[in-house]
Amino acid sequence: MKIRLHVWRQESTDKKGKMESYDLDNVLPDMSFLEMMDVLNEKLTVEGKSPVAFDHDCREGVCGMCSMVINGQAHGPKATTTTCQLYMRHFKDGAEIYVEPFRSGAFPVLQDLMVDRSAFDRIIQAGGYISNHSGPKPDPNSIPIEPGVQETSLDAASCIGCGACVAACPNGSASLFTSAKISHLGMLPQGQPERYERVGAMVDQMEGEGFGSCRNYAECEAQCPKGISIAFIGRMNADYLKATLVEPVDGRGKMHAQ
Amino acid sequence: MLTLDAKLPQGPIEDMWTNHKDQLRLVGPNNRHKYKVLVIGSGLAGASSAASMGAMGYNVECFCFQDSPRRAHSIAAQGGINAAKNYRNDGDSTWRLFTDTQKGGDFRAREENVYRLAELSTSIIDQCVAQGVPFAREYGGKLANRSFGGVLVERTFYCRGETGQQLLLGAYSALEEQIAKKNVKMHTRTELLDYVIVDGNVRGIITRDMITGKLERHSADAVVLATGGYGNVYYLSTNAKGCNVTANFRAYRRGAGFANPCFTQIHPTSIPASGDYQSKLTLMSESLRNDGRIWVPRDPDEKRAPTDIPEAERYYYLEERYPRFGNLVPRDVAARNAKDVCDQGLGVGPTGYGVYLDFGSAIQEKGVDAVKSKYSNLFEMYERITDDDPTKTPMRIYPAVHYTMGGLWVDYNLMTNIPGLYAAGEANFADHGANRLGASSLMQCLADGYFVVPVTIGDYLSRQTPGEIDTTHDQFGAVEQECRDHINKLTSINGTRSSQDFHRELGKIMWEHCGISRSKESLEEGLRKIPELRDQFWSDLKLPGGASELNQSLEHAGRVVDFLDFGELMCRDALAREESCGCHLREEYQTEENEAKRNDEDFAFVSVFEYKGEGVEPELNKEPLEFNAFPLATRNYKS
Repeated sequence: MKIRLHVWRQESTDKKGKMESYDLDNVLPDMSFLEMMDVLNEKLTVEGKSPVAFDHDCREGVCGMCSMVINGQAHGPKATTTTCQLYMRHFKDGAEIYVEPFRSGAFPVLQDLMVDRSAFDRIIQAGGYISNHSGPKPDPNSIPIEPGVQETSLDAASCIGCGACVAACPNGSASLFTSAKISHLGMLPQGQPERYERVGAMVDQMEGEGFGSCRNYAECEAQCPKGISIAFIGRMNADYLKATLVEPVDGRGKMHAQ
Repeated sequence: MLTLDAKLPQGPIEDMWTNHKDQLRLVGPNNRHKYKVLVIGSGLAGASSAASMGAMGYNVECFCFQDSPRRAHSIAAQGGINAAKNYRNDGDSTWRLFTDTQKGGDFRAREENVYRLAELSTSIIDQCVAQGVPFAREYGGKLANRSFGGVLVERTFYCRGETGQQLLLGAYSALEEQIAKKNVKMHTRTELLDYVIVDGNVRGIITRDMITGKLERHSADAVVLATGGYGNVYYLSTNAKGCNVTANFRAYRRGAGFANPCFTQIHPTSIPASGDYQSKLTLMSESLRNDGRIWVPRDPDEKRAPTDIPEAERYYYLEERYPRFGNLVPRDVAARNAKDVCDQGLGVGPTGYGVYLDFGSAIQEKGVDAVKSKYSNLFEMYERITDDDPTKTPMRIYPAVHYTMGGLWVDYNLMTNIPGLYAAGEANFADHGANRLGASSLMQCLADGYFVVPVTIGDYLSRQTPGEIDTTHDQFGAVEQECRDHINKLTSINGTRSSQDFHRELGKIMWEHCGISRSKESLEEGLRKIPELRDQFWSDLKLPGGASELNQSLEHAGRVVDFLDFGELMCRDALAREESCGCHLREEYQTEENEAKRNDEDFAFVSVFEYKGEGVEPELNKEPLEFNAFPLATRNYKS
């Protein structure tokens, strides 16, 4: 098949970018979208031009590295599919395809289609963990977990941290990502001791990073490659509210070295 | 000649690890922050060891080439993680997990390490659950288990088909906790280029910032490599695109022994490549072989759709060749036979390298719904990639490189023969011998990272003066200059072929000559072809862009350089090992049933290669293996 690509080209964060067009004649329907991009890049390389920079790694839909907005949709037209799992047969012969990076103020473009998503790591650093040392721990069966709770927690934990929710949201909100981690940990018994401190810290970090707030567009869920439910955002908001109602500070005060 | 002292503890195998820990020297909590430890890689082994050492108080810095430590390829593991919890009361024990792993590895691993792995397995589950890893639970809320190949007990813990993802996110969150607490400094989008060795000890590394292209010096008191496996030497594998051998191979070039490089696991059921543009392979669970029948058309010129080919014209080669086991022959036998029929020209699909896995009989017998419900997620995954519905037309499958058992040689403390340089997870050679059992790789990474390295590293560090050598040392300047020269050499070739193109060709050579089965003749041919390809690479590489900028082509070319040299080392190892064992099948050495025929008298050793300089043949050192606790036996899954 033949396609015409319009790709966002930007040399670096501080330079201006623009769309550039490329024609590819020998695209096969069984190629994955990224393999088609590989073909484009090899062509550009051999022609002595600069290939298109894009992030990718596992190419089986789980690492969360690939990040393209294709024809206006994060990860392209197919639901619950990452860019790397998208195939050219999902496009028509002669199609014009627009490829852009995951755009958001909090995700600066590094080059072409690569963006900086380190804000996500900082949201996790704010509290997306259960404090632990490595060493002997209680036997897991000493704390039974209802399978329903565990399954829902796993639904939330399936988030691959790709950032499609941010790219999809008209408001650039990271609520789906943040709420998925808060819900994953907040639903489990192990996550209870830090539950309210966690939700407060992570939501504050999310806002501090410059992500927009949630306005219930629900585009995030529609474009999430793992189909994470916006119900988790509701859960996060409820927990955040509770966190402001419960005594926010440890009654004993923080412990300091004597 | 390398000094290969495994530093094995004394006493009965059951008490070794405990005794050993009691004897190790420690660094006190007040002194730990003075010691800087660099962890290279942020997968299961890297993230877990960095987080553990950070929590202990060491001054840790962790490096990964991805944009976040959560992307490492451990994330893609599907099936599960083994642990000898014996929750099912089905006779499991540390001893059984140990012996299963030894047998599975065809007795080419060091038994003391394997026993320790089995011993630590239960603590891993406890640790992960404490982190919030949502393992599958039964109705009563207790942990669920399933069974995996090569064992007779149910000891595998899992999170749907995304166990690796959940375990990695557990380790990642532990790492992020330590980053938040300023115990660990994270360097993302940073690639290791080389090591700084001073007076024999590792004292630091040179890295390249993948955004700016800047070379950076990092001094250290110890370095932990958790840099994974090298399956991408075959170009096509189930590994992530970024997986590479550079960190490990550069360590080898600086004097670390490389152990058993030819031990590669090839999985029989992956989705075949559909053309030359193919960039990676995706695994289909082996469980499909329970209901699928494998066949190819008898006629090499067959043009009909598979469903139109009458029964009599189908060649059910596994059922015909192995009537007792049929489609359920062991992994390696299934893989070799698929290659064999395709080499005869009977393969199917656009490349001719694929065989049918047909659910027609099962559907006729049990009904489409029953079959579909059993494999629904696999069928869906297959259809997503190929656009074929396996309930209507047979699947096409082909073997794929999946895991590499070989790696840097390490002693019982997981330290390489370069003092201060450790290797954990798939990067070392230690635990899986010549073949890894399912659900054991996650276990090994986490045992190494949470429980072994953080303890053993203190023994080394306690003997060092912290921060003795800093980045102003001459050796840092010299190695940095070597890295710069290397990059400049690459960018100034100005030829006509892309690095992808060379990598693809290397992959074909490796698959052809050092793949599913090997022979003296074909390995020798591989050893002729690789240097030719390398010469072409150095004279005809086309590399766009410069050194001081974000340049993905440069990153890739740098990795291909090391793959080219490393591929040769693999062939050498495969040639020297004149026996078959586990996944290493030499055509000259097999039983009448095409099973691997081991030669314990002459080859019960670990092959450890020592770098001797550019263009010089490496020296083969041998660490003899002794089997005192669990004596040698022939692998037999048939009766």
